[in-house]
Amino acid sequence: MAAGVGKTYAMLEAARKQQSLGVDVVIGYVETHGRKDTDALTQGLPTIPRKLSEHRGVKLSEMDVDAVLARKPKLALVDELAHTNAPGSRHPKRYQDILELLDAGIDVYTTLNVQHVESRAHTVEEITGSTMHETIPDSVLDLAEIELIDISPDDLMRRLDEGKVYMPDRAAVAMVNFFREGNLTALREMALRLAAERVGQDVRDYMQVMQIQGPWKTGHRLLVAVSASPLSGQMIRWTRRLADSLDAQWTAVHVESSKAMSPVDEERLTKNLALARELGAEVIATADEDIVRGLLRVARQQNATQIVVGKPAYNGIRQFFAGGWFMRRLVAESGDIDIHVVRADKTDTPRERPMFHIPERVAWKQYLIAFGAVVAVTLLNWFIEYQFPSLGYRMLALNYLLAVVLLALFVGRGPMLMSATVSALFWDYFFVPPAFTLWISQVDDAMMFGMYFVVAVVMGQLIARFRSQEKAERRREERTTALYLLTRELADAVTMDQIVKVIVGHIGKLFEADVAVILAEADGRLALQPYAGSTLKLTEKELSVASWVFRHNQRAGQFTDNLPLSDAMHLPLSTATGILGVVGVRLPQTNPPNLEQNNLLEAFVRQAALVIDRQRLHDAAQQTQLAAESERLSKTLLDSISHELRTPIAAITSAASALGDKTLTAQPGFSDSLLNEIKEAVARLNRLVGNLLDITRVESGHVKPKMDWCDAGDLVNVTVKSLRKELTGHKVETVIAPQIPLVRMDFVLMEQALTNLLLNAAFHTAAGTAIQVSARADKDELALTVADNGPGIPPESLPKIFDKFYRAPGALTGGTGLGLSIVKGFVEAQGGRVAAENRPGGGAKFTLYLPVTEQPVFSGETT
Amino acid sequence: MNEEKSQSVVLVIDDEVQIRRLLKISLEAAGYKVYEAANGQEGLAEAAQRRPDVVVLDLGLPDMDGVTVLKRLREWSQVPVVVLSVRDREDDKVAALDNGADDYLTKPFGTAELLARLRVAQRHAKPTADMAVFKVGQLEVDLPARLVKVNGQPVKLTATEYALLQLFVRHAGKVLTHRQILKEVWGPTYTEQTHYLRVYMTHLREKIEANPSEPELLVTESGIGYRLMVK
Repeated sequence: MAAGVGKTYAMLEAARKQQSLGVDVVIGYVETHGRKDTDALTQGLPTIPRKLSEHRGVKLSEMDVDAVLARKPKLALVDELAHTNAPGSRHPKRYQDILELLDAGIDVYTTLNVQHVESRAHTVEEITGSTMHETIPDSVLDLAEIELIDISPDDLMRRLDEGKVYMPDRAAVAMVNFFREGNLTALREMALRLAAERVGQDVRDYMQVMQIQGPWKTGHRLLVAVSASPLSGQMIRWTRRLADSLDAQWTAVHVESSKAMSPVDEERLTKNLALARELGAEVIATADEDIVRGLLRVARQQNATQIVVGKPAYNGIRQFFAGGWFMRRLVAESGDIDIHVVRADKTDTPRERPMFHIPERVAWKQYLIAFGAVVAVTLLNWFIEYQFPSLGYRMLALNYLLAVVLLALFVGRGPMLMSATVSALFWDYFFVPPAFTLWISQVDDAMMFGMYFVVAVVMGQLIARFRSQEKAERRREERTTALYLLTRELADAVTMDQIVKVIVGHIGKLFEADVAVILAEADGRLALQPYAGSTLKLTEKELSVASWVFRHNQRAGQFTDNLPLSDAMHLPLSTATGILGVVGVRLPQTNPPNLEQNNLLEAFVRQAALVIDRQRLHDAAQQTQLAAESERLSKTLLDSISHELRTPIAAITSAASALGDKTLTAQPGFSDSLLNEIKEAVARLNRLVGNLLDITRVESGHVKPKMDWCDAGDLVNVTVKSLRKELTGHKVETVIAPQIPLVRMDFVLMEQALTNLLLNAAFHTAAGTAIQVSARADKDELALTVADNGPGIPPESLPKIFDKFYRAPGALTGGTGLGLSIVKGFVEAQGGRVAAENRPGGGAKFTLYLPVTEQPVFSGETT
Repeated sequence: MNEEKSQSVVLVIDDEVQIRRLLKISLEAAGYKVYEAANGQEGLAEAAQRRPDVVVLDLGLPDMDGVTVLKRLREWSQVPVVVLSVRDREDDKVAALDNGADDYLTKPFGTAELLARLRVAQRHAKPTADMAVFKVGQLEVDLPARLVKVNGQPVKLTATEYALLQLFVRHAGKVLTHRQILKEVWGPTYTEQTHYLRVYMTHLREKIEANPSEPELLVTESGIGYRLMVK
């Protein structure tokens, strides 16, 4: 009901009762104001330590929400529901902390004075004359069970005198302002009424549940028209109260027209809509040039039974006509919908609408242009009258009219009206006889003058309205186009990288904002850093905001109710199936984004979430496919490796056992040939192990080339020389072009690559045929070629020849299909490329290309 | 040479029993007295106790890095060391050579090859009586006279080319890493400037090799450096 009635005391008493029943009760935050008996009650109740912070030198203590959440009691006591938290806290208001506790399944006992209830605050202000800053939305009360702490105003005044209210030194001031008997009586009545309404509602709920017939109204739906007017707030509160008492759903509607809004109006509109949302309304914004039509359209869609509008203030001719017209149409067209016309008091903040509202910054320029045009036409008319006196002065009026209509295409309504007036006066003064007077002698001239004026004004108005409609249309179009472009580019994006890039790019461009996308990891946690390509750098603090958003699936950060002191706004990327990540946006502006921006941002993020979801599913599907592919590969690997390993082992085993047989080794030359067999088998095994190690390095991305200036000729010679034994059956022709520059490469990797190509050629071609090895340099590439005169590569195998484990059909037995893939891996690791082709005269040709981008720098003596 | 007269002592530091066993068989057959160590600590202790004439050191040891063993050994001993290593570990080999190893062998290796390398390494360890004239194949280098002859004909070398050749001659048969050569010939600031070395090696080969595209004297050791062959 009011401060000092003993709310905290009552709360603690109730909590002790719960504790004695075995409920786990903790004190989240209780303010005893040093009162002894209250203090005594807190003894024995576990208290969560408060969170201390310092703001501008003042030490502040608040409830530690995280600590309470971590403690997870059954019931938490949190005093003063309407309290405003210290700056920098997670939520600006304590009731938001409490909502979080409730979400976590913790029951909360709290205390509240009736004057802090949003829908009653205005009434309290009227009664007591003091402004209420700390209010809570009625929607919070909807969640609560209310127990009224009631004492008579006399008792309260006595308690105040006894110092049981506030701290003694502050009591006097508080009393003068607030604790007057009249005030207290009114507050008491309000509190009683609020509680009674709540009880009434509970009874109605009960009757409904138990299907008891009764005289309650059902199916009501209220709709309140919200504009930028400061009076809208009162209407919203009024509607909430009505909705409460009718137990009805309610909707707040704003009809947006093409008229440009001043920043002040825009801000007020946003505030009004936020108020409606806070009070539990569903908020709808629609666009229509005709406010009545738009309002009724939404009303019908929502099945509203009652519409609440403000009573127009008849304090001006224009408003009289406009307001009256609006009311009459609304009543006439609303059909079976009831209309409430609510009186709203004038407030101290009048609507900022000067008499001559200048719509655009360059207004004075437009006036100048309009006036200049009229003067020019006047001069022209003079000339015409002088040259063609027979035409008559009435004809000249048409020239003016033409000028005014044309002007309407370029200037605003004000300059247009001015030009219509001035041109009418000029015409009258300069041309209508008697000239150089404003006197009109003939009746038809007077009529002409009047008609001219009306036509000019109407034409101008029509064109101006048309133009502003066009402007609004264009704005809507831009919005649609932006969304369309986003959708289209997102549809084209096939990897997560591209998707994130598109999202960051579009939001960034449209809102001139820095954007970060943080996605959930595979383990369901939010990533610890923004996705690559994000333009917004996130600090530790921002990341914690993002993770709050991720946990609660609500927007938070700048311009929101959650953690508003952040540098950026964070929106959840969520779909029907769950939350996928967070988008952080740092808008360049200092004002909260307006309704339009919010809607667009929301639409963007929703669209992004859908696409990211799609991509996740797609990736998952691909993973499955990859797993199957790798299973197939490892089977191939096992098959070919086991064959390749067993063959030389078998050869060694049989040769070694034969060498142990004394009767056999006695034969001349026998031991030598067996030893050769063993050596060959061992060489084969060694190559296989080398290949396996190499492919593992390539596959795991561990090929780290040591790039160094190397001589390609030396490379070819060293390689050929080291393979002398393996290539004995073939004729090797080495061609090294003169003047090959030094090229940066990893000598060892390149030697291995060339070795594999040479062994490949030797393996697949008949003994005695030639193998050509050549090195040459084009202007920007070094080409190392190994060509043979064998059967060549089947054309259909060419594209796959460098694939791992790929073996051309019909290839000779032996070999693992690893050699060429190692070649490719090694060469590509050095920034080069590989190519395979068939030679025109028969045979295969493999070429390794390495980029020749720079030349080494020498200083001093070179020869 | 007089290796047969006094028996050479070799210390084999390798953690693989089978390799040690095989080396013992082959080396003893070749007339060496063989001591074994299974890890770095043991190896260093054995080296101090047995005073071997040559050490065979495996780079992959269980207790400590082979290069560390080498560094510790070099703190008090100039005994020739031949390191054993697997393929793909050029960095290890280069590190070992830069830290004072005399030669390296890549596993798997032949016994004949090992014996040849051991002989070369031992020869280098012996203080040679001023080797005034070095001869191999068609090449003849008269160090005091700074004269180079190929097939008996004098060849004109630039100062750098001669410095390079002289370095190889002084370490004939031994592998020299890029870094070692660059440091000796060009100076400590040039150790990464391999392109100088590549260019001068080409020039030098053109002047002294019978067939510069198939060098027989100055051979390339892939990824490591160069070696002047002794026969």
